[in-house]
Amino acid sequence: MKEVINLPVKNIEEEEYHINMGPQHPSTHGVLRLVVSLQGEIVKNLKPHCGYIHRGIEKMCEKNTYPQIIHLTDRLDYLSAHINNHAVCLLVEKALEIEVPERIKYIRTIIDELNRIASHQLWWCSFGMDLGGLTCFFYGLRDREHILDIFEESFGSRLLHSYYTPGGLIQDVHPNFQKRVKDFIKYFRKKIKDYDDILTGNIIMQERTKGIGLLTKEDAISYGVTGPSGRGSGFSCDVRKHHPYSMYSNVEFNEILFHEGDTFARYMVRMHEMRESMKIIEQLIDNIPAGDYTAKMKAVLKLPVGEYFQRVEAARGEFGVYVVSDGNKTPYRMKFRSPNFSNLSALDHISREGKIADLVAIGGSLDYVIPDIDR
Amino acid sequence: MTFSIYDFTSFTQSVDKFLYENLTPFWALIVEMTIIGLVVLVFYALVGLFLVYAERKVCAFMQNRVGPNRVGPYGIVQTIADLFKLLMKELIYIKNADKLLFNIAPFIVIIASFMAISAIPFAKGLHAIDFDIGILYVIAVSSLGVVGVLLAGWSSNNKYSLIGAMRSGAQIVSYELSVGLSLLTIIILAGTMQFSAIVAGQENGWFIFKGHIPALIAFIIFLIASTAETNRGPFDLAEAESELTAGYHTEYSGIKFAFFFLAEYMNMFIVASIAATVFLGGWMPFHVGGWEGFNHVMDFIPPLFWYFGKTAFVIFMMMWFKWTFPRLRIDQLLTLEWKYLLPINLVNILLMAFVVLMGWHF
Repeated sequence: MKEVINLPVKNIEEEEYHINMGPQHPSTHGVLRLVVSLQGEIVKNLKPHCGYIHRGIEKMCEKNTYPQIIHLTDRLDYLSAHINNHAVCLLVEKALEIEVPERIKYIRTIIDELNRIASHQLWWCSFGMDLGGLTCFFYGLRDREHILDIFEESFGSRLLHSYYTPGGLIQDVHPNFQKRVKDFIKYFRKKIKDYDDILTGNIIMQERTKGIGLLTKEDAISYGVTGPSGRGSGFSCDVRKHHPYSMYSNVEFNEILFHEGDTFARYMVRMHEMRESMKIIEQLIDNIPAGDYTAKMKAVLKLPVGEYFQRVEAARGEFGVYVVSDGNKTPYRMKFRSPNFSNLSALDHISREGKIADLVAIGGSLDYVIPDIDR
Repeated sequence: MTFSIYDFTSFTQSVDKFLYENLTPFWALIVEMTIIGLVVLVFYALVGLFLVYAERKVCAFMQNRVGPNRVGPYGIVQTIADLFKLLMKELIYIKNADKLLFNIAPFIVIIASFMAISAIPFAKGLHAIDFDIGILYVIAVSSLGVVGVLLAGWSSNNKYSLIGAMRSGAQIVSYELSVGLSLLTIIILAGTMQFSAIVAGQENGWFIFKGHIPALIAFIIFLIASTAETNRGPFDLAEAESELTAGYHTEYSGIKFAFFFLAEYMNMFIVASIAATVFLGGWMPFHVGGWEGFNHVMDFIPPLFWYFGKTAFVIFMMMWFKWTFPRLRIDQLLTLEWKYLLPINLVNILLMAFVVLMGWHF
């Protein structure tokens, strides 16, 4: 009698396979590699592999003086370069107990908010493109160009500005600055309606984002998801409100909170934040006091021995700088708390059991900038 | 032999007669087929090049850009330059790919669209072949293209390609139904599947006006479904650049990629021609039943102009969709077809049958 051999029957439908999204992939916004386990089109789990653009910036900081470090922080989250600069400047000023002139606080706040708008505009471009609406990209870039022109006129560069120095600014703003910013606000108030017309109100876009990538408030807190992504889950984490710096305690603005926690909520937070930023700028732009563009500083900055921490609200979340100083002109240890790294850690959790297309949409709504993750 | 741009019948028939008088029937047929093949081939290439240029300009217009403007006046030679670039590019062969299927796939896609184009009436008498079942033939032939797409995805040895091909398969098989049923609505009204008879039937009004609301619904459904069938945005899931890099043609390079690219544009042209012929009267000028003077004035505009004008209108609509809407997700795509378009279509056919039965159409 023949023996019947029972081979284990594989159920093809339950078998998982892996694809590498990245390091070169249109929707990872840089050199991020996601190893995705798929069952058909459904994402079973996902492992982000970081480090493709690791440059050892924290280590480099240990060899550089504080004014030099400013130039390195530009290269973290290059889309909110000013805000990163701001964090280091505030930290040095706090450690040295320097009171900067009012004028500088005004200008820094205005430029930070312009930077936030520019960053959100670029996010809007790429989010639209992730969803397949290619026209968004050009609408967003068209308007971002106006901000970059203002930046270029005042400090000569468009992306990596390094405009702030500990104690002030490297030079005064251009005489046209106020007029051009006001013109821009007027222009952008009109144009932001286009954004709503082309993407926010679109039924396909809403179907693709509502209820997708749910992140509860508890998860947002435990993963440390901050910024617009955290506020989309109802996590009140706006550093500008809770730990105000520069002029934020003197201006009126709302912290945008949405409680749905889905991709659409994160989208809406950013759309509203652009409007709030314009509100902040409008309150400040006419009242910039006259004065020096820098406080009196020593030639060599040496921080007293001790540990210092300063946080600011970058475009993507809470950006923190932690310094251990041994009294030298260079820090003993420098650590950046980059918002994107924490935000990325939630990606696996919220994109499980979704489709590949959802993963792309969720990734777009978390808005990660890879150099900030790898540092 | 008379030649008129209003009626090509005498011209084409005299060519036919000339060939049959001077050659044996077998050779006359061969020569005729060769001529038609060459004409269609040249037409195919020209339309393809023009559509690529048109899409670039239309998309630039939608996106506040200028579009190609360096090569030639207004950049019209740009697509030809790009064609030569693609011709000269290296064909990359992939390890462990199924070579036969990999090489055959682009040809299947292009042959399918090539066959469909031969049944379309461009003007009175300018018609390669006039089947009794013209519409059925075009639907049957144009759906062959999906075989090429599936083979391309399967043989590329790439998971992105495979996902793209599977999506494309599910998509085209589903939307084929809606395309067929919406055309069936008009066939009920026209009472024939022959393209020449359908065009002739629109002499006193295009079907989209004659058929009341059911014809309008059928037209809208046809537009949606045919956009999906040609794998264009917002239904370009098979390519889905942000998800699957380039979908089923990720691994193709050089002229083989160009074949897929060209076939996409030609499929768009074919569905636009069918929409123009079946719903908007094809080469038939804009006529209103009873207004003799008006109709006579309209007749002065050559049929070729009407035909290409209507096709260009439909193509522009499809480009407009593509550059405005974000992409759907695969399950939403299938939901749209099976839960919305198909039931609406079935009810619409009943409605049309009722309208025709009661004689309510114009």
